Amino acid sequence: MTTVLPHLPALQVVIPLLGAVLCALLRRPAPAFGLALAVSWLMPVIAAALLWQVIQGGPISYHMGGWAPPWGIEYRVDLLNGFVLLLVAAVGAAIMPFAWHSVGFEIDEGRRAWFYCMYLLCLAGLLGIAITGDAFNAFVFLEISSLSSYVLIALGRDRRALLASFQYLVMGTIGATFYVIGVGFLYLLTGSLNMVDIAQRLGPAWAEHPRAIVAALAFVSAGVGLKLALFPLHVWLPNAYAHAPSWVTVFLSATATKVAIYLLIRFYFSIFGVAIAFDTLPIAQIVIALSIAAMVIASLIAVFESDVKRMLAYSSVAQIGYITLGIGLANQAGLTGGLVHVFNHAVMKAALFLAIGAVFYRAGTVNLAELSGIGRKMPVTLAVFTIAGFGLVGTPGTAGFISKWYLALGALDQGWWVLVLVIVGSSLIAMVYVGRVLEIAWLREPTPAIARASDPPLPMLLPILLLGAATIYFGIDTQWSAGIAEASAQALLGGLR
Amino acid sequence: MTAVQSADSLVPLAVLLPFVGALLIPLFRRRPNLREGVTLLTATALCLAVFGLLGPVLGGARPETQLVAVAPGLLLAFKVEPLGMLFALVASSLWIVNSIYSIGYMRANNEPRQTGFYVCFAVALGSTMGIAFAKNLFTLFLFYELLTLSTYPLVAHKRDAAAIRGGRIYLLLLLGSSLALFLPAILATWVLAGTLDFTPGGILAGKAGAPVIGMLLALYVFGIGKAALMPLHFWLPAAMVAPTPVSALLHAVAVVKAGVFCVLKIAVLIFGVETLSDLGQSAWLSAVAGVTVLGASIIALRQDNLKRRLAYSTVSQLSYIVLGVAILAPISIIGAAMHLVAHAVGKITLFFAAGSIYTASHLTEVSQLDGIGRRMPWTMGAFTIGALGMIGLPPTAGFLGKWFMLTGAIATAHWLAVAIIVFSTLLNAAYFLPIVYRAFFRESAAGEHGGEAPWPIVVALTLTGAATVAMFFLPGLPHALARLTIGM
Repeated sequence: MTTVLPHLPALQVVIPLLGAVLCALLRRPAPAFGLALAVSWLMPVIAAALLWQVIQGGPISYHMGGWAPPWGIEYRVDLLNGFVLLLVAAVGAAIMPFAWHSVGFEIDEGRRAWFYCMYLLCLAGLLGIAITGDAFNAFVFLEISSLSSYVLIALGRDRRALLASFQYLVMGTIGATFYVIGVGFLYLLTGSLNMVDIAQRLGPAWAEHPRAIVAALAFVSAGVGLKLALFPLHVWLPNAYAHAPSWVTVFLSATATKVAIYLLIRFYFSIFGVAIAFDTLPIAQIVIALSIAAMVIASLIAVFESDVKRMLAYSSVAQIGYITLGIGLANQAGLTGGLVHVFNHAVMKAALFLAIGAVFYRAGTVNLAELSGIGRKMPVTLAVFTIAGFGLVGTPGTAGFISKWYLALGALDQGWWVLVLVIVGSSLIAMVYVGRVLEIAWLREPTPAIARASDPPLPMLLPILLLGAATIYFGIDTQWSAGIAEASAQALLGGLR
Repeated sequence: MTAVQSADSLVPLAVLLPFVGALLIPLFRRRPNLREGVTLLTATALCLAVFGLLGPVLGGARPETQLVAVAPGLLLAFKVEPLGMLFALVASSLWIVNSIYSIGYMRANNEPRQTGFYVCFAVALGSTMGIAFAKNLFTLFLFYELLTLSTYPLVAHKRDAAAIRGGRIYLLLLLGSSLALFLPAILATWVLAGTLDFTPGGILAGKAGAPVIGMLLALYVFGIGKAALMPLHFWLPAAMVAPTPVSALLHAVAVVKAGVFCVLKIAVLIFGVETLSDLGQSAWLSAVAGVTVLGASIIALRQDNLKRRLAYSTVSQLSYIVLGVAILAPISIIGAAMHLVAHAVGKITLFFAAGSIYTASHLTEVSQLDGIGRRMPWTMGAFTIGALGMIGLPPTAGFLGKWFMLTGAIATAHWLAVAIIVFSTLLNAAYFLPIVYRAFFRESAAGEHGGEAPWPIVVALTLTGAATVAMFFLPGLPHALARLTIGM
């Protein structure tokens, strides 16, 4: 054990990376799935061990290949990214059993091994972004995760998936380019790519080249904003989520945007710092304005979507608005709300997309009009959909309420009570789009088209139940969600305000 | 274990029991008799548990228990204070009667989806207990929303276009108003007072000026859509598409009383009567309540559908209770608490009668009821007693609540309130007495056929009718609890 423990940060990324290569060599679906499952289930163990070390002994710094920072690549785990690592790893582990039937149904046999290969690559990339302490290394992992997710999306059942994937590829590449230009500026200004090192040198550099730093901040914001689907840079997301294979939508919605949000938080609070990003520059105003637009406009679009996956995708854009609102508020309660919503939204949206994935598996459609009475045919699945749906609305007793409570408190702390109205207003719109599905699913008579649908097999049903239960659990016991978010927020704002 | 400790552990038991019942009911879905047995058993056990709390509460104890701290300031906790005790007693004992009634009604009308019906009912009662015993606003809000969600399927029970539409209005209005107004009010209370606990004397004294307190009060009374103050009363008539047992227990007792109970509790234990009267918040609230009392009565006059007439009567009667609060005299608040009980028993009787008529002869309109009293003497006898209770005539419980409120209004020189109460009593008489007259003194057009509804229905409505009269002669218990509420 003693020889393995110090290398856990490296293993967190290396194991899925090697797993991806092995998957490609295996070529057959069953062993590839087995390998992906084993890796997925190992990841949260490592992530939990890392988080435990951080809680016990403070941030971990791991020097890749023994090269000391700032020259070598440093993996750095503190409370914030320990939390994100565990979130990504745990969601991956929880939803993996669902993949066997779902992928078997939606993807040709010859491509399934490649599918699992791409998934592991994507997982490695996402975990890498979260764990690395090096701004350029983060770009590399960003590209790994993005390229693999283009492939995953393109594996969708009909040809529209190709267009969606291409659209995402173009937008994602622009985003990555912007990000790397921003990092380039920072390298020119500070001579370093290590995040801690950049943060330390940025103060003196601000005095000499403020405009260059503003440019760097702008490029990074736009680049990462594209990846996290910050309104109005979200246009790739609804198509990508709607046309990707069901399981891919679950995975990406719960993890990919969340990791990008982490990266943005890292840049704003740890690298540029509150003093530059929020006290000197109008980042807060811009981010809050865009968040409000996302919460209202994307929610309204969701109300009029007839495809449930697209509806949930627009809902994601709106919910990401809640998270960025927390970033923009940049106070203790607000940032806690944003961070805890990273977690809560991942759980709730994964539950919703899993449920709708199961509906597609049984009924062959996700078009709302064709789903009348589906609740009576798939009661367990739709019950979880209902619970998680009310989570989006933010009814008390669900995880969603906790996020909104903190966000609203953060808004009131700033004295912006109008923001409270926006938060509840967006909840009301969510009530309409969730209620619309519930009414059709539960109260209408089942149509002949879905006459033979029933709850999915156990490997699909268990992840659905698990995430449904988590939606309620994290609405009542928030020690591990809001507790860690609160401590992370405190560390991010630490002493600067 | 001492008596106090055992009372403490009874509180979560009382809230949990209906939920346990809700889990057990589906197990017996293929054996209807056993299934209804579970409902009756749960209702009886709940009633016993609630009565077990009565002794300690009258003795001055306030049993309480904390389950979990959700976040700083957000505690899931229960504490039994007298007003909640009163509400829980009414709801839990009427649940037994209503369950007997439901068995008769649902079977005689061959209603589909009965298992789901009884499950939702149990969850709704569990939520009601949670509201009654909530120690703080967060717990109250949690169960308030759960009550809305669990009653939504009951409103839409028929699953036809009208039921779905009624359910939609119900859900959007109740959930919407609570999210848009109630929740921000709770947030603001937390920011102002730093606590959400119900505290005798209130928690907002000296925390904010008159405009802020006024805004906050408005957010609460309109955010609590279940109290059905105009203009947020539409959901109640819309909810009448539900089967009659739902209208009877939920939309005459549990749900609507939860609404006025919340208003009463928030006024007394969050704002504090003194804070409200010092800051002069009584006038506008009286006005809103008065408009609702009179407006709903006038609309009720014009309703031919019996259940809709009863629904508008409920809207009107609920605002009596809000009016009692708005007068802000201790005696009028006692009257409000008394009226909460009296209206519950009286209105459930009226709905039972309406359902009985529907079951026996499928009549739904007032104009069809000529001579029905001769065929259904028990039903219409109980209806008459209930109607007298609504008007507020002795010897019914309805008289007491109005008497106390009137005394309070005169003592504090709220002449407007006096006028509203007197005038609305006339209106009540105008829309109830013609029904009684029709039933007993007009010749039946359809001739003499049919008789009483099945016996469980008749038993249930006789029981509640008798209770309406009994409470006039024995008002000791509700009166004692009402007095304890305001600390007398």
